[in-house]
Amino acid sequence: MADSIFRKLRDGGEEGELAPALTIEETVASPFALDVSGYLLANLSSSILAGKSKSQGLVLITFSRSPSFYLQFLKQKGIVVSSSSKWIRILDCYTDPLGWIDQSSNGVTEGSSLIKLHKCVSDLKRLFSSIIEAGRELVGDGKARFCVAIDSVNELLRHSSMPLVSGLLTDLRSHAQVSSIFWSLNTDLHQEKVTNALEYVSTMKANLEPLCPSSDGKRNALENLFLVHQDFGKGRFHVRFKLRKGRVRVMSEEYHVDHLGINFSPISSADSVQFNLQLSEKERVEKEKVVLPFEHQDHGKSTEIYDGRRSLADVKIEAAPLSSGELQSDVVSSGKDGEIIYYRDSDDEHPDSDEDPDDDLDI
Amino acid sequence: MDRSLNLLDLALGFDQQLLDPSPLSGKVVLIEDCVETSGSFVLHQVMKRVLSTNSSDALIFLAFARPFSHYDRILRKLGCNLAAQKTNNRLVFFDMLMMKCSDGEEIEDNVSAVAKLFREIQETVRKLRSLTNSNITVMVDDMSLLEIAATGSNSDRVLDFLHYCHSLTSETDCSLVILNHEDIYSSMERPAFLLHMVCLADVVIKAEPLASGLANDVHGQLIVLNKGISRSSRSKLQNFQFKIKENGIEYFYPGSRS
Repeated sequence: MADSIFRKLRDGGEEGELAPALTIEETVASPFALDVSGYLLANLSSSILAGKSKSQGLVLITFSRSPSFYLQFLKQKGIVVSSSSKWIRILDCYTDPLGWIDQSSNGVTEGSSLIKLHKCVSDLKRLFSSIIEAGRELVGDGKARFCVAIDSVNELLRHSSMPLVSGLLTDLRSHAQVSSIFWSLNTDLHQEKVTNALEYVSTMKANLEPLCPSSDGKRNALENLFLVHQDFGKGRFHVRFKLRKGRVRVMSEEYHVDHLGINFSPISSADSVQFNLQLSEKERVEKEKVVLPFEHQDHGKSTEIYDGRRSLADVKIEAAPLSSGELQSDVVSSGKDGEIIYYRDSDDEHPDSDEDPDDDLDI
Repeated sequence: MDRSLNLLDLALGFDQQLLDPSPLSGKVVLIEDCVETSGSFVLHQVMKRVLSTNSSDALIFLAFARPFSHYDRILRKLGCNLAAQKTNNRLVFFDMLMMKCSDGEEIEDNVSAVAKLFREIQETVRKLRSLTNSNITVMVDDMSLLEIAATGSNSDRVLDFLHYCHSLTSETDCSLVILNHEDIYSSMERPAFLLHMVCLADVVIKAEPLASGLANDVHGQLIVLNKGISRSSRSKLQNFQFKIKENGIEYFYPGSRS
């Protein structure tokens, strides 16, 4: 299933269509968006190198890790990037996003042709034009296209407002030369509306869910981190595709992160039973709302459960008329149509006794 | 096994000095504490480890909370002379107690005070690098006070500062050790500042009181969470209790102390 994301990104959109876009969502308890984007990067790079992809280049914008980290990563995967590589450009927004580093004293170069230093992160227009420029350097001005990868939009969101960021992403998607785009987002760091807005501008959403017993949804993100310790690095990977016709498809897999990277496997059969074993948050709340029979039905009075005879309170009220004479009750009811009058002999007789009355007979 | 190593050292990976002389190199360690249990003793211990005689690591210390004399006294009890380390060029102490920065005090070249602080650190790192080839640790005590000092401008500045410090860890293989208080943010639904730090950190050390209340023999517990995936042999989460003594800390696993 992680393959199918990769294939969608590799194949890109049709001409005249918005480029497919993927949001990779992580949380504090499952911070593995970097591994997922690494997985996609490695696969996309090798397919571009093999000429199997529709796009001919890759522009990587780094916010959370240094470019050398990615070069090292690709090298580990057997993809050697040299400064003369004609298929990848890295836009470095990590090293000096705000221009704090003093140019004069340390002599940081403006970057090679492979890695470009971008110094003004809050200026999204400039960022957009540098991305497109970097892409054009790779594939030229013609119809050839390139992929765009953004390693974390959290940093972007810290420096500019959400509408501007989603505007940038939409601009990138609608650019004719961008074949596909993906970015990752830590959903714990921002309000829910930010997550929703970014999901809205993407055609695919990949969600990394930790394996933790989150019985109540309101638990603090930090507590979750300490809860998942034994299963840290494992979890569920949910992907939601928005298809062209408007249909939505959701698929799930298991992931496992080790020192080599992220691995995906189908969800083990023990978990794929036909019915739900656990309640969702909504179901639990609704279940708690149900009033059980005989529970709180009397609004403050003591609970009465009918056991076949009159309750003690009723007996007291009627005690007086009974003592004045048994005949009286006959008189009162005589004019009516029909009635069953029954006086129980004694209280010893149990009304609905299950006991066998002949139990003690010795035959 | 070296008797001088305690459970915290083991959890941080100081037991494999031969394999990996500076296990924290290139890593970010976040120490979270709360009002009931201060986490500064963890800081002192890491300080002592970094400045120990059998390594040549250097330390850059940003003190927002306490003056030099305080650390000097404590580290002396732990058997480490800070003044001597200062002259040896192994300790650079930034006294930030009086730091105030707000947007009103922008300096002429349009750089805020936080940015200026970072430049100083970077300059120091470069100087230390030219002297020694060993690991450099940047320590902040504590981050929440920098946030206070930087308010008036934007608290985002502190996150920017953190980002730049993080870039130091990846570019020059420094370690970054930060002390921060967790319960300042407890009422917030999404403590973005705290969560951001947790995201950046490779190791999170949490100091908290015992759930069962105060005790004479146990002063609290530490949870060490190693977020790094690569070292699979080491347990990711370790939990142990501690007792603070006059000149040292005693660590033990829950229930293992007679």
